[in-house]
Amino acid sequence: MHNDNIIEVSGLTRKFGNFTAVDHITFEVKRGEIFGFLGANGAGKTTAIRMLTGLLIPSTGQATVAGFDVFTQTESIKKNIGYMSQKFSLYSDLTVVENIRFYGGIYGLRSRDIRRKTDELLERLGLADVRNRLIDDLPLGWKQKLAFSTAVIHEPAIVFMDEPTGGVDPITRRQFWDLIYEASDRGTTIFVTTHYMDEAEYCDRVTIMVDGRIDALDTPGGLKKKYGAEDIDEVFVKLARGGVA
Amino acid sequence: MKAFLGFIKKEFLHIFRDRRTLLILFGMPLVQLLLFGYAVRNELNKADIAILDHSRDEITREITDKLLSSGYFQLTAWLKSESEIEVVFQRGIARNVIVFESEFGRKLIRDGSANINIVTDASDPNMAQMLEGYTVNIIRDYQQEWQERNRQVQQSAGGSAGGGASISGIVPEVRMLFNPELRSANLFVPGLIAFILMLVSAFLTSITIAREKEQGTMEVLLASPLNPIQIIIGKVLPYLALSVINVFTILIVALVVFDVPFRGSVLLFSMLSLLFIMAALALGLRISSVVKDQQTAMMISLAGLLLPTILLSGFIFPISNMPAVLQYISHIVPAKWFLIIIRGIMLKGVGLEFLWQETLILFGMVVILMATSIKSFKIRLE
Amino acid sequence: MTVTVKNLTKNYGEIKALKGVSFDVASGELFGLIGPDGAGKTTLFRILTSLLLQDDGEAKVHGFDVVADYREIRKIIGYMPGRFSLYQDLTVEENLNFFATIFNTTVEENYQLIRDIYHQIAPFKTRRAGDLSGGMKQKLALSCALIHKPEILILDEPTTGVDAVSRREFWDMLARLRASGLTILVSTPYMDEASRCDRVALMDRGKILSINTPAGISDEFSRPLYAVKADRRYQLLKTLRSYPYTRSVFTFGELAHYTDSRDDFDPEMLRSHLEQEGLRDVRVELINPGVEDTLISLMTTESESIVDGNKFGKSGE
Repeated sequence: MHNDNIIEVSGLTRKFGNFTAVDHITFEVKRGEIFGFLGANGAGKTTAIRMLTGLLIPSTGQATVAGFDVFTQTESIKKNIGYMSQKFSLYSDLTVVENIRFYGGIYGLRSRDIRRKTDELLERLGLADVRNRLIDDLPLGWKQKLAFSTAVIHEPAIVFMDEPTGGVDPITRRQFWDLIYEASDRGTTIFVTTHYMDEAEYCDRVTIMVDGRIDALDTPGGLKKKYGAEDIDEVFVKLARGGVA
Repeated sequence: MKAFLGFIKKEFLHIFRDRRTLLILFGMPLVQLLLFGYAVRNELNKADIAILDHSRDEITREITDKLLSSGYFQLTAWLKSESEIEVVFQRGIARNVIVFESEFGRKLIRDGSANINIVTDASDPNMAQMLEGYTVNIIRDYQQEWQERNRQVQQSAGGSAGGGASISGIVPEVRMLFNPELRSANLFVPGLIAFILMLVSAFLTSITIAREKEQGTMEVLLASPLNPIQIIIGKVLPYLALSVINVFTILIVALVVFDVPFRGSVLLFSMLSLLFIMAALALGLRISSVVKDQQTAMMISLAGLLLPTILLSGFIFPISNMPAVLQYISHIVPAKWFLIIIRGIMLKGVGLEFLWQETLILFGMVVILMATSIKSFKIRLE
Repeated sequence: MTVTVKNLTKNYGEIKALKGVSFDVASGELFGLIGPDGAGKTTLFRILTSLLLQDDGEAKVHGFDVVADYREIRKIIGYMPGRFSLYQDLTVEENLNFFATIFNTTVEENYQLIRDIYHQIAPFKTRRAGDLSGGMKQKLALSCALIHKPEILILDEPTTGVDAVSRREFWDMLARLRASGLTILVSTPYMDEASRCDRVALMDRGKILSINTPAGISDEFSRPLYAVKADRRYQLLKTLRSYPYTRSVFTFGELAHYTDSRDDFDPEMLRSHLEQEGLRDVRVELINPGVEDTLISLMTTESESIVDGNKFGKSGE
């Protein structure tokens, strides 16, 4: 843990038969940063994430996540990361408290810690009054907060998020990014994958994946400057068109 | 009309593109037929029996020979005392023990009656019942032969079995009248036809409509000028055609491979099968109008249609043996009536003059089901 | 007017999906409905396409009532639902032919309508629709919705989940269709797509908050809007929220969009305050509000409960 990079990826490649889904990608993610991993559907994002979260063994290349090797230490990786999917992985027919306990349980927290954590979370998120309500009955913004909090209940060094705010209203979305900033401020690394290009503007640094390769990696401002673009959307369009030519 | 034909063409494309549907449509009926025909037969084949003969006379030997030469039984033990019976069952040496009382032959000749005990291992009740039935039948056969041989003397042999069967006097063999060799193929083929028609017509129809809802294509269909009736008929017609093909495939295989008799009118059989198919299609439509996805459609048609067709139609378990409640419920299972009809046509060779009641009931069901299912088909989303 | 909607209401049990929506769309107009998930866009479109019955209010498309004349409506609309709603197991060509035949026409008859769009996917016409990329699926779905020469095109979130390049291409196609005189209603959650419409309606939780031209929407933002930037973003937000004169502050990417509650506000005062609080590289600039700024401002005016009191967005009002 001596170095500043929590993720180090070098020449990582994954092939499915003749098809190269991820083609020699190389990048680092710094401890505590909000890292945006962008790309269209089918660009290879999912494959890359699965390799980094220990769900898929790479074909070639090297990568470590939180100091663990993605080839040999996948179980350790899974214990040390948090994951939040697009669909907010909460059980809609369970109550707020039951969901928190469930996630505490699967991450191996002791029951005493789970109880303490539960109270702490409910207090911090202002959900104490609705602790016994079903998730189904909560407004979207509250669900998001809770989903994020359960994803980091075991205080992972890094949390992976898959298109966290697609389709939500602009205010809820900002509330959500507030949570992410707060977590990042506490030192948690955030790895966000998304095909919503405007989400990228909220990240510290972003990569854009096109056809299995990483063509650009910089701060959102840096990318816009480099490609002479108004927004990340336009950067993507220029990159994708360039890729075709 | 062109729109309608286009719709039908699309349905056939779906069917022929989807391996699962094809497998259910054509693989399943054949597999079922062969499974029932060979593996799940209700016939005895060299069942293990033991004999405890306290008499050891000519008659008991003749009966024993007759039992063993029938091909249904093979002898695995000669017992010496009653106490060995339990041991034989426990060790699985035999499933059926035949006990001749002492001086069996003498009593039969002198008193006109003698006792045979048929003790069966009832831990498998179906098997026990079958063993008992076969044994009793063979003994009766013997009794008849024996009586003919001794026409001048009025005598009869009797036995009372541990399982409750008894032989006394000359009992007409009703059970064996239309299935003299107790062939199970004759019984299961009509049941199988009903089951497969239900499977293809109701199950697949409900699933195909549920799929359109699940994948959102129903939304586009409803937003088009297609009439709901066109959608319904376009959906069911291909399955109706395939069901008809299936019926005849099963029938031909049954006739050729399993020698099942077909004594009645093919035309009547076809017409009434069509009636049953319509009932099944209407049921499928009715299910699809209340579900939103394929999984629910599958579960409802499995529990609500296929299981009753198997369990409450008389296909496997005789309705007359069921508790009164289930007997009443069986009245609303279309397959029950259809089974009576096709068993009548195939095995007994009877015509509409004997089947008009069942036909009328089935017809009534079709009318009600069709009317409600067409009415319940929504022209809008919920 | 090609579409007139008056006071439409629709509830699903407890949930009020539409709370009295009214608007008109002129013939030949490209009209956008912009709003997040749950705004009621899909419900509204389903009522307009006669797929749902409203609880109250009325709607006419091309003079036909959506309830009484549903058969007529279904002949004249081209509808693309929010989800990809073609047959995935049929090929591109088979899908197109199917949709032509159920509208009693042929692909040949109306080919000129879809030529521009279809020629891009024609090389894959024997491929199954399920195997197409997102952008190609959208093109095929649009072709299928157009093949019967509809009077009006209703597209429910056609660009959701599609990459940025395909999104732009899709809007270019809509612009060409509009130029040919077709009336188009399109919904989207992407604020930046508002500029491609003639007029837009901003929707949120069953209500239309505003109907205007894209330029007009920005003018509805009543106060001067400032973009604030500093070296540490989270620190900047926290500082701005605790600043007593803050009226509203929302993050926009690397920037914070800020309005002040004072009428005589001088950006320089804010800049020096932030620097006093320890922030570096502070910049405060007057900017033009975008559609998203307006929507946020309208949403907060609409109901204060949306920001649930605690530490999130200090929203004023």
